[in-house]
Amino acid sequence: MPGSTPAAVSSTNRPRRRFASSVSAAGIAAVVAAVSLALLWLALRLAGFDATLALGALWRGSFGNWYALTSSTLVRATPLVLTGLAVAIAFRAGVWNIGADGQLLVGAALATAIGLSWGDGLGWAALPIALIAGAVGGACWAGVAAVLRTRFGVLEVISTIMLNFVALDLVGYLVRGPLQEPSHAYPQSNPIPPRMHLPFLIPGTRLHWGFALGVAAAVILWWAMRSTAAGFRVRAIGANADAARIAGRIDVARTTTNVLLVSGALAGLAGAIEVSGVTYALYENISPGYGYTAIAVALLAGLDPLGVLGTGVVFGALEAGALSMQREASVPSVVVTAVEAALVLLLLAMSRRGATAGVIGRFAGVRLASREDAS
Amino acid sequence: MTAALTSFLEASVRTATPLALAALGELVVERAGVINIGLEGIVLGGAFGALLGAGSHHISLGFAAGCLAGIVVAGLFGVFAVAMRADQIITGTAINLLVLGLTGALYRGLYGATGAALTVPTTGSVAVPLLSRIPVLGPTFFDQPPPTYFVYVVAPVLWWLLYRTHAGLAIRAIGERLESARVSGVHVPRWRWITLLIGGALGGVAGSTLVLSQSGTFAEGMSAGRGFIAIAIVVLGRWRPMGVLIASLLFGAASALQFLFQAMGWSVPYQLFLALPYVLTLLALAGFAGRRIKAPAALGRAG
Repeated sequence: MPGSTPAAVSSTNRPRRRFASSVSAAGIAAVVAAVSLALLWLALRLAGFDATLALGALWRGSFGNWYALTSSTLVRATPLVLTGLAVAIAFRAGVWNIGADGQLLVGAALATAIGLSWGDGLGWAALPIALIAGAVGGACWAGVAAVLRTRFGVLEVISTIMLNFVALDLVGYLVRGPLQEPSHAYPQSNPIPPRMHLPFLIPGTRLHWGFALGVAAAVILWWAMRSTAAGFRVRAIGANADAARIAGRIDVARTTTNVLLVSGALAGLAGAIEVSGVTYALYENISPGYGYTAIAVALLAGLDPLGVLGTGVVFGALEAGALSMQREASVPSVVVTAVEAALVLLLLAMSRRGATAGVIGRFAGVRLASREDAS
Repeated sequence: MTAALTSFLEASVRTATPLALAALGELVVERAGVINIGLEGIVLGGAFGALLGAGSHHISLGFAAGCLAGIVVAGLFGVFAVAMRADQIITGTAINLLVLGLTGALYRGLYGATGAALTVPTTGSVAVPLLSRIPVLGPTFFDQPPPTYFVYVVAPVLWWLLYRTHAGLAIRAIGERLESARVSGVHVPRWRWITLLIGGALGGVAGSTLVLSQSGTFAEGMSAGRGFIAIAIVVLGRWRPMGVLIASLLFGAASALQFLFQAMGWSVPYQLFLALPYVLTLLALAGFAGRRIKAPAALGRAG
């Protein structure tokens, strides 16, 4: 898979690599799209569906016209890009944040809570405050995992999964309790005040400014990972935590904490953006598992932020197209989940060349065991 | 009051049964140094297999098919995580998504686009003579569907396997001292495969239990996080069979409490009880810090 072996820690050949990275983002997206279409076609044929009809519907629902592209694909891609970035930066540091879904939920909940409590009194600041609240909420949720990891030696794989369920219960409680709409008929919150809505990016479509924020986040992260000391520390502890600590005098615990906070903030921002750009209220099922799909988004992008932009849009298109495939060709939309998973397995199979080759190999199976730093 | 208590305890054990089965399987897998996040997919695959088996023939075939489905999913995990030495977390996550997508699509493909509820017969509870007559404890532990009795058999067998046989010694050695085990001639991939397939079989039965002893039907994503809960149970149970049983009961009781509170009309938010076991697990994990009891040292490492 071209582009699936970006630089690890080395910073030589910088100009060429910069160029390569922006090309690889498009390249990765194209390859992922092509392979997923092939897999989907195969699955449809095997299950006995009319593959031509179904793929036609997939196209019409995703890229087929201007409205589908902007109002379905890119809207759906927005949370996938942001949570994909959250996962990518964490995995790059060898930190297993499986909890983007929970961080997204807490971000959405905090943004909604603040919007409903003070939204009207904040004036123009309501929207930025809501978005910041989302990021802070997500960061706090990930911060719990960071404290557990660095002070108590609790593996973040386990703690972030646990925290996903706690977040789900928390939102379930909020939309049936303190934040429930006044008639108490539905498990959802009141609509947020209109001044908290994200403006539309393109008039006449449902595409909101959240997508632009996602693109900006990807570019900033791409630059920061490559060109800043913090980005170097992240890549260094991801490549070899012991070497980074001993030879590089890098504070592994602090870097781990910072990475988790940034990762959680990105996922929390995704939650706030869903509320203020798409749903305008808090729902229990506001995330159809974005945080889990994000793992596939990040991995297939080779953990490269610009690549995440590409794979995020491809996955957004797949999921948007799947809905129209279900409507027009009666193909269950959940089939694309299987396709996404098959893509990841394919990547794993292709990047198995011993324990050190390939993107996956670089952090394969090392972190869980070797970073017992606190205990 | 006794009636309410009895029905609460009975519900706790009933809810705990699939959790205990899945967790006992994961326990063996983790003792060999493999963390199988794909357990969620194994349970879901088992549930789907049970539906196919029981729907086509008989309830006993349902359990067999569910068990087999669990083994197949675990085998797929093994192909990547053991044979190819791919990362366990990534493989497990992908397996979960794969099974969720495949079972959802197949269910709708096979039983109509609406996914209308297809029901299969359920086992119902089987009272053990004499023992089930003991007040409170009898109905709680001995008037349950057959899978619960299966747990009573499996847990001591696994304890014996892990602590009293050479196989168990090899498995634990791999989990604690991977290199030492390999150097002393333990065939790491072979034992990891064996434990994975045991875990798959038990996870598959856990999924079958959801269909054949509880709901009588299948729904997309019906495992609803039970595989993840089972992983938490293994941690909370400190990687020991008896601890896993107790932790399963705790999780079962927490779920059953919500029914009790709903039945009583008490207005304590039931989500509190749903979240409680997770919070307890996190606290327990934090409490283990620096103690003797911790995860197998080789957990998550490629063999």
